[in-house]
Amino acid sequence: MTSHLAVLTVFALLVSSVFAALMKDDPREQLRSGSLMFAGFLAAAIVLGWLMYPLPL
Amino acid sequence: MATKSTTAERVGVAAEPGTLALVCIVAWAIPGGAHFWLGRRQKGLVFFVALMALFLLGLQLHGRIFAIDLQEPLGTLSAVANLGLGLPWVIARIAGAGTGQVTAVTYEYGNTFLIVAGLLNSLVVLDAFDLAMGRK
Repeated sequence: MTSHLAVLTVFALLVSSVFAALMKDDPREQLRSGSLMFAGFLAAAIVLGWLMYPLPL
Repeated sequence: MATKSTTAERVGVAAEPGTLALVCIVAWAIPGGAHFWLGRRQKGLVFFVALMALFLLGLQLHGRIFAIDLQEPLGTLSAVANLGLGLPWVIARIAGAGTGQVTAVTYEYGNTFLIVAGLLNSLVVLDAFDLAMGRK
């Protein structure tokens, strides 16, 4: 697995599920909060990636 | 109601100092183990699956399990984070896994997976402690 996006997606999925289970007790709330967190992780990574795109390495 | 009283009884037992220490040790050694023990099976299963997946993927991505070396402070911090995962960490160390392949494209990803797995399990241990104390 060398795709950056795939690794990022799997990481976001696993971390958001742990945080959701830690923060919420009700399974429905866990699903809602986990999904929001997962979407937030992905959106933040993609936005930050594009913001850093013009920066020289 | 019946489920709640059962959980309360379990929490009462776990609040004894010896059992409390055992809860923390189980929580550290087996991700999600203490939650399973305390009757939070769904949470325990989520923790076990997610943290083991993070750990195994970290090894698969050629990540490194850091050793405690005071000459390398950042490496030591990573080692402390790695240590948070408990038994899987012990088994991996004994088996000689997690040597890390610096030249691999995914090396840093692997390190991140391994470090985050350990840190998240530390949070899970604290959550199990709170649960056993009856704070949750």
